[in-house]
Amino acid sequence: MAAASCTLRSTPLPAAVGSPAARSLLAASTRPVRANQRCLVVKAQKRELMMWEALREGLDEEMERDPTVCLMGEDVGHYGGSYKVSHGLYKKYGDMRLLDTPICENGFMGMGVGAAMTGLRPIVEGMNMGFLLLAFNQISNNCGMLHYTSGGQFKVPMVIRGPGGVGRQLGAEHSQRLESYFQSIPGVQLVACSTAANSKALLKSAIRSDNPIIFFEHVLLYNVKGEVHGPDYCQCLERAELVREGTDVTIFCYSRMRYVVMQAVAELEKQGYNPEVVDLISLKPFDMETISKSIKKTRKAIIVEECMKTGGIGASLSAVIHESLFNELDHEVLRLSSQDVPTSYAYELEAATIVQPEKVVAAVHKVCGVRVAA
Amino acid sequence: MLAAWRTVAQRRQCPRAPALLAAARHLASQTATASAQSASVAAEVPSSSSGSEPSARLSSSSQQQEERMDFPGGSVPFTAAMSFLGGTFSPRAPLPCYRTIDSAGLAIADADIPHELDQETAVKMYKTMVTLQTVDVIFYEAQRQGRFSFYMTSSGEEATAIGSAAALTNDDVIFSQYREQGVIMYRGFSVQDMAHQCFGNIHEQGKGRQMPIHYGSKSLNFHTISSTLATQLPHAVGAAYALKLQKRNACAVAYFGEGAASEGDFHAALNFAATLKAPVVFICRNNGWAISTPATDQYRGDGIAGRGPGYGMASLRVDGGDARAVYNATAAARKIAVEQQVPVLVEAMSYRSGHHSTSDDSSRYRAAEEMRQWRARDPVARFQRWLVDQGWWSDAQDTSARQEARRDVIKALETAQKAPKPPLSAMFEDVYARMPWHLEKQQAEVFAHVRTHPDACPADIPVK
Repeated sequence: MAAASCTLRSTPLPAAVGSPAARSLLAASTRPVRANQRCLVVKAQKRELMMWEALREGLDEEMERDPTVCLMGEDVGHYGGSYKVSHGLYKKYGDMRLLDTPICENGFMGMGVGAAMTGLRPIVEGMNMGFLLLAFNQISNNCGMLHYTSGGQFKVPMVIRGPGGVGRQLGAEHSQRLESYFQSIPGVQLVACSTAANSKALLKSAIRSDNPIIFFEHVLLYNVKGEVHGPDYCQCLERAELVREGTDVTIFCYSRMRYVVMQAVAELEKQGYNPEVVDLISLKPFDMETISKSIKKTRKAIIVEECMKTGGIGASLSAVIHESLFNELDHEVLRLSSQDVPTSYAYELEAATIVQPEKVVAAVHKVCGVRVAA
Repeated sequence: MLAAWRTVAQRRQCPRAPALLAAARHLASQTATASAQSASVAAEVPSSSSGSEPSARLSSSSQQQEERMDFPGGSVPFTAAMSFLGGTFSPRAPLPCYRTIDSAGLAIADADIPHELDQETAVKMYKTMVTLQTVDVIFYEAQRQGRFSFYMTSSGEEATAIGSAAALTNDDVIFSQYREQGVIMYRGFSVQDMAHQCFGNIHEQGKGRQMPIHYGSKSLNFHTISSTLATQLPHAVGAAYALKLQKRNACAVAYFGEGAASEGDFHAALNFAATLKAPVVFICRNNGWAISTPATDQYRGDGIAGRGPGYGMASLRVDGGDARAVYNATAAARKIAVEQQVPVLVEAMSYRSGHHSTSDDSSRYRAAEEMRQWRARDPVARFQRWLVDQGWWSDAQDTSARQEARRDVIKALETAQKAPKPPLSAMFEDVYARMPWHLEKQQAEVFAHVRTHPDACPADIPVK
């Protein structure tokens, strides 16, 4: 299935957490170089950016297009953001539109809500998604609710964004998966980007949306490279991405797990499997059209997530699939998640707590049966 | 150097000056010794008092250079005196309370009145107070009769709400807590609007989704009340930021109680507003009680106004029962906020004459005598007396105004009660800009259930 891998996004597939290969892959993501002269010319015309650059470009384009768009958070102005997403933008837009705030997540989240209700389109950056636990009150009781409780009089067109997920030995408090905690909040929409292309295109849509959007980036994906679209391309916030078309089993994933899954897929292809990979993108609401279309085709589903087993995105998705597609399934939905433990600092323990490609391969064996290599 | 410290101690008028001077002498002897050992002493080195040799390393010019500590936050002078400020060491008296009319309603001579009240405004203020008092009494009784589920009165705080509202413009964006119905009434929210909201019927702006008294009106620039305490304070900072970006001649105004000022969002909002220079007027209604918690159990500092200077913010304490003083305080605060683009804090001292809400019986925790004393200083009566003294109001007008208000309120309640409720579909709308599939599905399930079990839906909610 070598041809199939060419249809994949250009972003590289990280090796297992901890391997030297992983570090070099993530650090220096490039397409494999081909000897073909024509391909080299084509490559020169395509524009590859790292995800942080793609996000920055999307932010820049939207701020230029709409003067009500602004960014607020800690160290986002002159410092350019902890992950450089607003690098240098203050020079173009000034200190007011790239607003450095004192340290109080609930404070600047509330400020964003107030600004959004007064005609602006604020983007609130959490330095780490985990810090937004402090902002939970404003997000849940106000951001998600005020459009409803005001009878539609006041809208809250905010984007709440930041890096989350398990990084490299950042410790339990900096390895939170906030999508679990936020998913129940009525009135907010949850989106998770995974590639340079979709991060830019989704951010643009999120900024233009009138709903409050919680936009999940991953702490380890900022240097992932890929082609990005032009200034007019906005990606639908409610649609999942078909990463790899297949027939044997549908593997659902999002954010960094997309890469873990694709690495498993490389191995599974060698073993003769033909998995379909769907990147959820929209964590709330789920893209049921894509999900059900895929399951009706493959009749088997595996969910691969970084969330904890209890109450994660996978838990919700599994319930929805069983409820609405029970008769389309040949096997119960398998859910690969992190354990219900705080994420350890220690290298090997951290690696053991998140899903690795080998687990995905084993799960496919379980639902599809073991195959003799083709 | 010791002479200098003596002067400092005297200037501070600190009762502990003798002890301080003794400590200073002790410190002087210690630092003189220490400076001989280290070249990088931060404190000023005394030259003669201790009797020990001054340090040979430090020249007099380096002493001059080390008068101030420069750090990332700014520059502060050094001192070798250790003197605690605040708590039991506070040399400051509490901020005084600005007033222009006394408890009996008589004008105080030579009071500062930078913003004179004209007859039209003053009469409008008073009439709104009359209507507010009538609404509070009758709506409270309506709740007791079971006509709607909940109500909160603002008895004793009419002057705070209406006096401040009168000093604002319609472009000023208002965020309130829940006891500021006088503010939205002054802006133009009618008694009928209030009744509709309390009954949650089809005519109210909130489409029946919020509890009674959670008013909101975009056209009146009054944000829908959210039950959570103090969350509106950072909102006001955000709104002020928006007004600043839009270069509007307006400010944001945030109302809250002294109890809510204990919440984290209060501290965040004041720090943010001052640091980011946001044009917000923070108006605290210190009414003495947070349900059953008296203000003495809420804070230990100098009330709420005493906190403002700590954040770098101009602050004023005002008699919340004196409508004219509240009007002036708010007008002055607004002027500072808009012209200088900075926040201002106003603490209006008043008293919650009524219960916390219809779910509370304050006689369980308050002395009847205390309540009686405060009712004798009713802000509406005080303002009425002053109005009459100006020749702008009469007893006959008062009787007629109260009768008219009573008629209007009763009629408004009857009209609101008879009006239909929003349909069941309103439960699912406005959660998002466009209804997503999972809400459509849930809505369909609710409808299906209600059609087979009609008594599951309240009789007055149309199933559509």
